[in-house]
Amino acid sequence: MSEPEAIHLHQFDDPVQQHEASWLGMWVFLGTEVMFFGGMFLGYTFYRTAYPQGFASASNHLDIWLGTINTAVLICSSFTMALAVRAGQIGQNRLVKIFLCLTIVLGIVFLGIKFTEYYQKFEEHLVPGSDFRFEGAFVSSAEIFFSFYFAMTGIHALHMIIGIGLLATLIVKTARGRFSATYNTPIELVGLYWHFVDIVWIFLFPLLYLVGRHLE
Amino acid sequence: MNDSVPERRLHYLNASYGLKSWLLTTDHKRIAWLYLVSVTVFFFLGGFFATLLRLELLTPQGDLVQAETYNKLFTMHGVTMIFFFLIPSIPAVLGNFLIPLMIGARDLAFPRINLASWYLYIIGGLFTLTAAAAGGVDTGWTFYTPYSSIYSNSNVALTVIGIFVTGFSSILTGLNFIVTIHTMRAPGMTWFRLPLFVWSHYATSIIFILGTPVIAISLTLVALERLFGLGIFNPELGGDPLLFQHLFWFYSHPAVYIMILPGMGVISELIPCFSRKRIFGYNFVAFSSLAIAVLGFLVWGHHMFVSGQSIYAGMIFSFLSMLVAIPSAIKVFNWTATLYKGSVSLDAPMLYALGFIGLFTMGGLTGLFVAALGIDVHVHDTYFIIAHFHYIMVGSAVMAYLGGIHFWWPKMTGRRYPEVLARLSALIIFLGFNLTFFPQFILGYLGMPRRYHVYPPEFQALNVLSSAGASILAVGYVLPLIYLIWSLRYSPVAGINPWKARGLEWQTPSPPPTDNFEVTPIVVQPAYAYDEPDEPEVIYAPEKAAHV
Amino acid sequence: MSTSHVVSVKLYGAVFGILLLLTLSTTGIAFVDLGGDLNAVVAVAIAIVKGLFVILFFMHVRYSSRLTWLFVGAGFFWLMILFSLSMPDPLARGWLSPTGQ
Repeated sequence: MSEPEAIHLHQFDDPVQQHEASWLGMWVFLGTEVMFFGGMFLGYTFYRTAYPQGFASASNHLDIWLGTINTAVLICSSFTMALAVRAGQIGQNRLVKIFLCLTIVLGIVFLGIKFTEYYQKFEEHLVPGSDFRFEGAFVSSAEIFFSFYFAMTGIHALHMIIGIGLLATLIVKTARGRFSATYNTPIELVGLYWHFVDIVWIFLFPLLYLVGRHLE
Repeated sequence: MNDSVPERRLHYLNASYGLKSWLLTTDHKRIAWLYLVSVTVFFFLGGFFATLLRLELLTPQGDLVQAETYNKLFTMHGVTMIFFFLIPSIPAVLGNFLIPLMIGARDLAFPRINLASWYLYIIGGLFTLTAAAAGGVDTGWTFYTPYSSIYSNSNVALTVIGIFVTGFSSILTGLNFIVTIHTMRAPGMTWFRLPLFVWSHYATSIIFILGTPVIAISLTLVALERLFGLGIFNPELGGDPLLFQHLFWFYSHPAVYIMILPGMGVISELIPCFSRKRIFGYNFVAFSSLAIAVLGFLVWGHHMFVSGQSIYAGMIFSFLSMLVAIPSAIKVFNWTATLYKGSVSLDAPMLYALGFIGLFTMGGLTGLFVAALGIDVHVHDTYFIIAHFHYIMVGSAVMAYLGGIHFWWPKMTGRRYPEVLARLSALIIFLGFNLTFFPQFILGYLGMPRRYHVYPPEFQALNVLSSAGASILAVGYVLPLIYLIWSLRYSPVAGINPWKARGLEWQTPSPPPTDNFEVTPIVVQPAYAYDEPDEPEVIYAPEKAAHV
Repeated sequence: MSTSHVVSVKLYGAVFGILLLLTLSTTGIAFVDLGGDLNAVVAVAIAIVKGLFVILFFMHVRYSSRLTWLFVGAGFFWLMILFSLSMPDPLARGWLSPTGQ
């Protein structure tokens, strides 16, 4: 059963065209995000190539278990997100809300663990700046490593927060009956965004947490 | 505005009144006007900075401004002109206005995102204006680290935030264009019937999407370093200044293709119309736009030949930079071949187009000179480079913009413009431009460095010529500002197709109705069918009535 | 264009399981010295595989049009341009000085 508001906006000829445009639009946006994060990955690669030992040494100061758990948490959230999109496709609005809620909860768990890690780093004087302290010969490259750690995970966390906001908006709209089996594009598009943010973390995790574990 | 017609036809300008109807519009044509007014303001602001620069350079000594002030002036000139005028100009004004019309659509794919993109542009502009008012930035528009990230005492963070926000405006415009062109072409409007203006904007949008985010992250990292002390570019920690330069130029080189490709698209519309001939080699021109967009991403290291970059990397970039000239040359050959045996009329838009071809050729050829590693070692950071890029950005891009504004003015406003004044202005601009910038080639070759407010006395004569040219150029730019505004009230009403041009935008009234076409057209002719002026370009099927 | 293809819960579950498995493996392998730079290569390779699973199945790219594949591919292709033309600089710096020594 189609929902009461406009099935398609006036600039489009039909709902199929609208859906295709929306889908492509989100992929174009994700393309920009690939290049945005990609710039930081390039910087990381520059310095890891130049200072392999410093990076390995600094990386070992990160909590590998919190990192692994966080990776698993995000993967779970991608699973629940995919299930939410699927529920939307078959018009099961109750399931949509449940899976979106689970996704938000998992996202919040991720952010909670992340901020715990940030706080630990602050206490260990590993935040770049005038208070940075690092034992051993690699103090300078370690500070560069931690600059990337905070910049990359910080910007990633910002994207997660925005994602949680989008998910919350979706839950409200679902509750108001805006979506159905014939129109659920926003759920699909937020899903794409959420999965993308997950993929960024999939690459961040080994590059930040697993640099020098085999050298310990 | 338009009230000398007997009965009041409803169109996009009079469909609603009041500030809110403009500031909250989602009509791509109105948004184009919002951009037109804003970019014009920034153009004259950038011109004001340039005026001060050229006044200082009248004499070898630093007598008008101090060195630091001079540094701030050329920085603000570059930032304003590049990010707030050149990059948005043709795409956000002419592209926004024309693309839906040219493909037979009612609007772009995402009208609200289109409006958001203008607001982002304005917010970014306000950040940058605030930085200017607070004392400016002195790093050069290139923001090289570690000066920008650590040592400069000027308003770097404010400015880079402004550029970041405006960059988002570009990204959203590019996103809108790509999706629109893929999904909203009218029936019969196949890819190879598209006007080349649309092809050039598609290519430009590729650069918007894939390049802009990289400057966004580079400037973000600079801001994070300045504001939070992150040590990414800090040489005391082992930071590499070249990392910033790679990230910066990865965007900023393709950015110059953002600034020229739309202009090339305009020229591809003007030349056939004012030669009454089909464009020569349509496919070549279309593919060359894509080639420029792609190849343009492979050459950025030619800005870093003397920066300490690996010589081998330099050689690779030098070779690739030669390659990117090829598609541009193909366009010049095709435009010239279109002129051959054409029935050429020298209306103002055509004067701009012809000026473009000549000046772009000079700018492009000098680009090849500096692409050669050996030559660039000598002319890098001299006035030779400044002359080279101004031949492209001013001699070509700005002239294409003005040519396009004049050509589509009747469509946008329903009015003609004073033709004699327009031709005169075009000539003044052409002469003023050459007098300003040709001496700079010589100055650079003789060794005068850029970004210096003082110079050896033997360079004064050429500098005086250049500044004199700049004053003539300024007159040339002010004239259209005056007569175009004047024309809105006093010029004759334009008909539906005053130029007898081909293209869907000329199949709908001037100014167009809000939904562009009363009925969705079906395209039955290839583009530029000037050799078959009596053949209809479109047909209408009654059941394909436009949605209201 | 995404199809309205509905993926089964079972398939999603299987992908989810594979992703968790790969996560545990990558952490586990990190402690084993594979020699030279192989640890980094393996870690990135596993990440690429995980990413592909997410893209193809969770993001429905497996069931999408060729145009979608073009758009997805373009993003990563451009990232490769950034890497492949930037990295030669730091890697080859100092091999040849400007004066030819």
